Amino acid sequence: MSVAVRVIPCLDVDQGRVVKGVNFSGLVDAGDPVELARAYDHAGADELTFLDVTASSAGRETTFDVVRRCAEQVFIPLTVGGGVRTVDDVDRLLRAGADKVGVNTAAIARPEVIAEIADRFGNQVLVLSADVADRAETPSGWEVTTHGGRRRTGIDAIEWIERAADLGAGEILLNSIAGDGTKAGFDLPLIRSAREAVSVPVIASGGAGKAADFPPAVDAGADALLAASIFHFGEVSIGEVKSELSAAGHPVRTAVDG
Amino acid sequence: MTADSTAGPDVVLFDYGSGNLRSAHRALERAGAKVTLTDDLDRAEGCEGLVLPGVGAFAACMKGIAESGVDRVVRERFGADRPVFGICVGHQVMFSSGTEHGVTVPGIGILPGSVDALRAPRLPHMGWNTVEPGGLDLFDGLGTGERYYFVHTYGAKGTLPDGARAAIARHGEDFIAAVEYGSLSSTQFHPEKSGDAGARLLANWIERL
Repeated sequence: MSVAVRVIPCLDVDQGRVVKGVNFSGLVDAGDPVELARAYDHAGADELTFLDVTASSAGRETTFDVVRRCAEQVFIPLTVGGGVRTVDDVDRLLRAGADKVGVNTAAIARPEVIAEIADRFGNQVLVLSADVADRAETPSGWEVTTHGGRRRTGIDAIEWIERAADLGAGEILLNSIAGDGTKAGFDLPLIRSAREAVSVPVIASGGAGKAADFPPAVDAGADALLAASIFHFGEVSIGEVKSELSAAGHPVRTAVDG
Repeated sequence: MTADSTAGPDVVLFDYGSGNLRSAHRALERAGAKVTLTDDLDRAEGCEGLVLPGVGAFAACMKGIAESGVDRVVRERFGADRPVFGICVGHQVMFSSGTEHGVTVPGIGILPGSVDALRAPRLPHMGWNTVEPGGLDLFDGLGTGERYYFVHTYGAKGTLPDGARAAIARHGEDFIAAVEYGSLSSTQFHPEKSGDAGARLLANWIERL
């Protein structure tokens, strides 16, 4: 047996509330990230990711409260990303109950923060999140971007994740900006290139539209698969994705009745 | 699953500065224990079950453990046949030594053997994996297909003494995923993050206290 392919729903959270609409039946409050986290846990999610899109620092306090409540009620791993800039930010999120922390823009601005976080807490807590856009002019053909792909960095995406892993990132969240929202499937060439570049786990994100899109991403080298809207809108269930993965010969964790 | 309990066995979750313990605290409660999070050695000595957590690096955890003095309490409890449970690095430090980045640090040393880097193409070993339960009481009622959440780069290897039982997992190579030896139980994986299977495993430990 081997480690299971992880299926990870991602929730956008703004000031303690889920931003994008979610279509889950039987929820008292579909805007509460903790209630959704419980629903996804029951549905068989292997991990959860909260992306904190809160703009103000005052609003961020509500995020810590959400993370605390989630850690007390949901017993699967939780990654929190968004606005993480310093070792102290990581410390606060871990103390609140996050298991892992996603770092994106801050690492591009100052790559040493990766080593600082890894030295203090171990590389297993650090998920380097890379928003990757297609660019013919970079050596690999991909460029890492910030602000959801709107701001360019000029940095080659594959060289960047290689460097991030060397500095101490324990995992790479590879988000294809081109694929995001298209539902045309994961960016398989990007996943293959990332897989060849690093030995840490790779989480593929961006482009999933149906359950059949997931197995090819694992064949291309992804260790975990993250998606948002298709899960939230009930277009595809976690169970359907796992059935598809299992049928393709990939190990999955089957949901256990509580 | 057992309801939350304020009347279950007296369990101390020992706080020596090893990161977040919120999930472990709640998961133990959910599994039926009355849990106290403390760095008080008298409480650690006197409780019915002592839980030693651990996240991050072996050397950093061992430093915190030694400075707190809980290493002595763990040895005494083991000698007196009183239950101790180690989780993740709290499992690793039960062995003789750990080697990370070429530096070897002594562990609490209840079990022989060393903890060093797994030989695997993909590290950290991160995610849900199966274990061979090896007849451990911890896995009562849990089938061989159950998966538990692992996050680690280093693993315990070696031959255990007579009377010790080991559950083996595989990531690149075999390593010791869980142990029962006298009053010591420990797991490399995180039962507090392993959903209902993890809750059942914790309940199996708590029910025997």
